[in-house]
Amino acid sequence: MFAYLVKRVFQAIAVMFVISLIAFAIQGNLGDPLRELVGQSVSEEVRQQLRDELGLNDSFVQQYLRFAGNALQGDLGTSYFFKEPALDVILKKLPATLELVFGATLIIIGLSVPLGVYTAIKPNAILSKVIMGLSIVGISVPVFLTAILMIFVFSVEFGWLPSFGRGDIVHVWGYWDTNFATVDGWLHIVMPSIALASIMLPLFVRLIRAEMMEVLQSEYVRYATAKGINPWRIYFVHALKNTLLPVITVGGVQIGTMVAYTILTETVFQWPGMGFMFLEAVNRVDTPLIVAYLIVVGFIFVVTNTIVDLIYGLVNPTVNLARMGA
Amino acid sequence: MSLLSVRDLTVKFAMRDQTVTALNGISFDLAKGERLGIVGESGAGKSITGFSLLNLLSRPGYIDNGQILFDGEDVVKMNDQQLRKVRGNRMAMIFQDPMVTLNPVLTIGQQMVETLRAHRKLSVEEARQIAVVKLREVYINSPEERLDQYPHELSGGMRQRIIIAIALLLDPQLIIADEPTTALDVTIQADIMELLLELCQSNQVGLILITHDLGVVSQMTERTLVMYAGRIIESGRTRSIINDPQHPYTQGLINALPQQTLPGEQLRQIPGNMPTLAQVPNGCAFNPRCTFATDTCRSQIPQISHYGEVEVACHEVQRLQSEQAREEEKA
Repeated sequence: MFAYLVKRVFQAIAVMFVISLIAFAIQGNLGDPLRELVGQSVSEEVRQQLRDELGLNDSFVQQYLRFAGNALQGDLGTSYFFKEPALDVILKKLPATLELVFGATLIIIGLSVPLGVYTAIKPNAILSKVIMGLSIVGISVPVFLTAILMIFVFSVEFGWLPSFGRGDIVHVWGYWDTNFATVDGWLHIVMPSIALASIMLPLFVRLIRAEMMEVLQSEYVRYATAKGINPWRIYFVHALKNTLLPVITVGGVQIGTMVAYTILTETVFQWPGMGFMFLEAVNRVDTPLIVAYLIVVGFIFVVTNTIVDLIYGLVNPTVNLARMGA
Repeated sequence: MSLLSVRDLTVKFAMRDQTVTALNGISFDLAKGERLGIVGESGAGKSITGFSLLNLLSRPGYIDNGQILFDGEDVVKMNDQQLRKVRGNRMAMIFQDPMVTLNPVLTIGQQMVETLRAHRKLSVEEARQIAVVKLREVYINSPEERLDQYPHELSGGMRQRIIIAIALLLDPQLIIADEPTTALDVTIQADIMELLLELCQSNQVGLILITHDLGVVSQMTERTLVMYAGRIIESGRTRSIINDPQHPYTQGLINALPQQTLPGEQLRQIPGNMPTLAQVPNGCAFNPRCTFATDTCRSQIPQISHYGEVEVACHEVQRLQSEQAREEEKA
């Protein structure tokens, strides 16, 4: 187990190195930060002086090493716009995004398992065909369209749900702002969560259905039937556990992807999270913030994947983490 | 009254472009505690017969016609709940490949306990105790520890022993064993068969042994059915069939046994292959491979009828018999 963990941590470090290199390489190609910082009225000499001060005239390797050294100490640069450490800016926006991802994940897990299992058990039922048809629609319609459509129906036409922002949030644990403590907070997070889940949910329904149908054809399911086991136990104990093994692996990657998808959702709903912030940072050519965002998202990706692999090892008895990595 | 009485069982497979007949009017009986072998080449319908008895055919296969009277009740007419009460409880099945039969994510204990609790009101602890006793009966050492192990931690032979233990958990009246040793190492095949025989005898359990191994059948069973292309072509006491086979196909099978050949001599085999279900020849299905085939054989399906000590479905059985007698006289 320990050897496996060490191995995974080394892998994670290698991945983070590559991500930081890519993220940093973008820096030089995003236009002149000086223009955004000082505007038109500053003379060329002052500009040069500022460039020297900011280290923009050094070589790429020099700049990267300085950046990486600082990054290791938790300093991902200072946002040009906020005049604050970029990491602090992002961490302030992080709870909003994570709560949104959490809401979407709840919807996905809560619905994909029953829908996937149902469509696998009763592939010819009319309801199954409706679910499968809708899932194609869900995958095909882009998030921003779903979001705008929902705003039109539920906010504009019916006026049931608020169309933007986080609403009443409650400050907890000295750091975190949560939506889940007030009714208003819940009302605000419903539509963004559904919009964010709208692409992943159909994908998971289809994935679970396909895996489950295959498992139901297996010899051990037939054997369980031959033992006279109740069909519900066969579906939910014998088949579902085997079905979810590959789904867990895919699911981990998708949670990471969802953090990235929040850019669209947050923008449509003016959700004050990382994604929305990232888009603003791009508009302002706030390079340190963009780079920091890429690194933080990459980090979340790496961490979720590592955790998912560990969970997989715990759920699947044929994987022995103690022996792996040795 | 016999324990099992199969009458005119017909099984069909609804394929995309046609419906093929996999079993064609199978009839046989099994007395309480009797051991019956079903032999034949691959594709003869042996396994389909076995699965039909538990009404376990998976699509596109279905029972088209016939009766399967088990202790007087027709399995074909049972609803799902009635079937569930029979399966694993009064009629248990041992599958072919122990490597894929047990669920990989459930422990041995879970898979044994759930079987017991599906049929009897028992606490988990009580069920585990019964499981331990049964594991001992199949010579599994330290059975308490095995209960908490997963299938992948055990060898194929051990898994098949456990599957035999599961089959015996609820003291069934009949066990259907579908080639229980085909997937195992040759060295442990004999052990498993011996164990199965011993347990069936000591517990008075009926056994239907599906196999292509005539040697195994001769040691394990009292009666034998020989199947070819979805029909029974010969049946009778195992000893009679092994020592004095009547149907040319059965004779071919027995001649093909390595024991029938001298060292250095080439192994004998029946020329040709079993026809696929979609292209069963007219008349006797065996006629293209049979050296005695006549025009009658090519046009009419032979009915099964008594001949000597066995029942056989062959038009030419009498001629065959007299020719063989003449040859023996000459020799």
